[in-house]
Amino acid sequence: MSDRESHFVALDELTVSFDGVRVLHGINLTVSRGEAVGLVGESGSGKSVTWLAALGLLPGKARIGGSATLEGVELIGAPPSTLDRVRGGRIAMISQDPASALNPVISIGKQIGETLALHRGLSGIAGRAETLRLLDLVGIPDAARRIHAYPHEFSGGQNQRVMIAMALAGQPDLLVADEPTTALDVTIQAQILDLIQTIRRELGMALVLISHDLGVIAETCDRVAVMYAGRIVEEGTTGALFDDPRHPYAQGLLGSLPPLSGPRRRLVSIPGVVPDPRLLPAGCAFAPRCPKRVSTCDSAIPTLGVSHPGHRVACFAEEAVVQEQARSHGYAA
Amino acid sequence: MGRFIILRVGRALITIALVVTFAFIVLRLSGDPAQIILGPEAPPEVLAAFRRAWGLDDPIWLQYLHYFGAIAQGELGRSMRDGRSAIEIVAERIPITLALTVPALVLKLGIGIPAGVYAALHRGSLTDRIVMIVSVAGFTIPSFVLGLTLVLVFAVQLGWLPSGGQDSWRHAILPILTLGIGGAAILARFTRSAMLEVLGQPFIRAASAKGVPWQDVITRHALPNAAIPTVTIIGFMVGTLIAGAVVVESVFSWPGVGRLLVVAVANRDLAVVQCILLLVAATMVISNLIVDFLYGFLDPRLRSAKGQKAAGGQP
Repeated sequence: MSDRESHFVALDELTVSFDGVRVLHGINLTVSRGEAVGLVGESGSGKSVTWLAALGLLPGKARIGGSATLEGVELIGAPPSTLDRVRGGRIAMISQDPASALNPVISIGKQIGETLALHRGLSGIAGRAETLRLLDLVGIPDAARRIHAYPHEFSGGQNQRVMIAMALAGQPDLLVADEPTTALDVTIQAQILDLIQTIRRELGMALVLISHDLGVIAETCDRVAVMYAGRIVEEGTTGALFDDPRHPYAQGLLGSLPPLSGPRRRLVSIPGVVPDPRLLPAGCAFAPRCPKRVSTCDSAIPTLGVSHPGHRVACFAEEAVVQEQARSHGYAA
Repeated sequence: MGRFIILRVGRALITIALVVTFAFIVLRLSGDPAQIILGPEAPPEVLAAFRRAWGLDDPIWLQYLHYFGAIAQGELGRSMRDGRSAIEIVAERIPITLALTVPALVLKLGIGIPAGVYAALHRGSLTDRIVMIVSVAGFTIPSFVLGLTLVLVFAVQLGWLPSGGQDSWRHAILPILTLGIGGAAILARFTRSAMLEVLGQPFIRAASAKGVPWQDVITRHALPNAAIPTVTIIGFMVGTLIAGAVVVESVFSWPGVGRLLVVAVANRDLAVVQCILLLVAATMVISNLIVDFLYGFLDPRLRSAKGQKAAGGQP
């Protein structure tokens, strides 16, 4: 069994271009069964596009390359019938703004029922019973009455609960949550994250959590990938990456967070802005903003080389440090 | 909901009253009916007798009160030309007009909506561009130009169809086409933009993301939402069923309500003109009312907003 097939979902050199402009530059990422993977990065770094591309949900003008497999079955360029079974049935998505992701003129009961009918063949009384169970599961009070209500009659947090119920309706093996709490109040954010966590534990579902909120990722995920300008620049276990970020961008992201303990310190911000995908530098896309920039950075693009076990980073400066350490280690031995 | 209906109906009645008043003022101020009907050579005593008979020598406000009071009782007066009841004269023309406008409406809906939906789904394609070009042409060309062009081609050049009159169903084809093409063009544009707007909404992608086949995404998720703005324009078209063919009826000498209106205005046949205007206002207002209720049916957001209003603004 190849490495790809042993993973539930594997993205291999996934690329996306819009109108000839490449926005995703070869993403390699795997998700195992039951695993929670975080995807961090600024807006426009390609976090959402990665998963929309894998599920064939980008508009027709998007050019997609590379491969995305689900249990070894290729999804890129797969026929609609295959994709329709995967979407919602194997991989479900919930999105940033639940209010606009629900159809305003269809009652939430019918919207959840639609997924039940598509993926589990449930309709009529059985469908209604299951819809009620799901609404109950995600914590919608008085589900029997609310089943006929429309999205505008719910609060943002409740709509996100409805979205989660709808996602669970297809009994997916992987839930891709695209900034599920961004549009919500802070108190509601915590509730929704708790809900996602609880459900994940109970159902053994894998989770991809897309977020620019590092705290959210740290709490929820086993593994983290940091994205910058359409590439993964660092990837590792949550513990390793948060304790010892190696990529200057990841270091910058963590440095911009206030520590909860220890002396107060000045928060560090990363100078500059994310580059326009049409005007990427020739070398490393982060080089113009990088404090550790070396000469190679302007001419070549670093790959995600291994720096520590289970913790990989795409950075020339870091590579040099690792080589230096190895050499001094070698002399000492 | 009950209060909402009363409010809407009340507003509709005020609209009709305003139209009626306006028609009265304009027609009374723009010429002496006695002079026009009896001709410039009529002797003064005949004119005086005519005015006395029709109440035209009363003060204008008294005439207005009489007129308004009569309308309120459903009495729309008699034609000054042949003394028949104005309602009767207008009523016999209504089916003649509907024989043009109803098939034209079917044509508008049957061509306009599918063309608009298709263009939106194939945005930027050759078909989309052709639909849009035809539709711009369709709704910028005035109906009399289109009508006369059709006459020139199909009646004069090809000799396939008659150019005017109302003797057989073949006479109806060109006027129906003239009415239908323009309306279909407008509807196609409206439908296309409504559809594009909806297709760009996140819930469309969300529907795809949960595995709904594209066909069903269109029919179950996109179309019901796109119907909301489209219903407005359809309502307007229904409102013009009775008097929306004035120009086309004139071009094709089709003896419907539109032609009657033109003739009655030229003759200062006040009762007939007022009767037609009242009818036009009433159909417009009624179709608007229907559209309002349809909105509530199509869009649950409006339904609950109205419910709240009716309940006295309670949340």
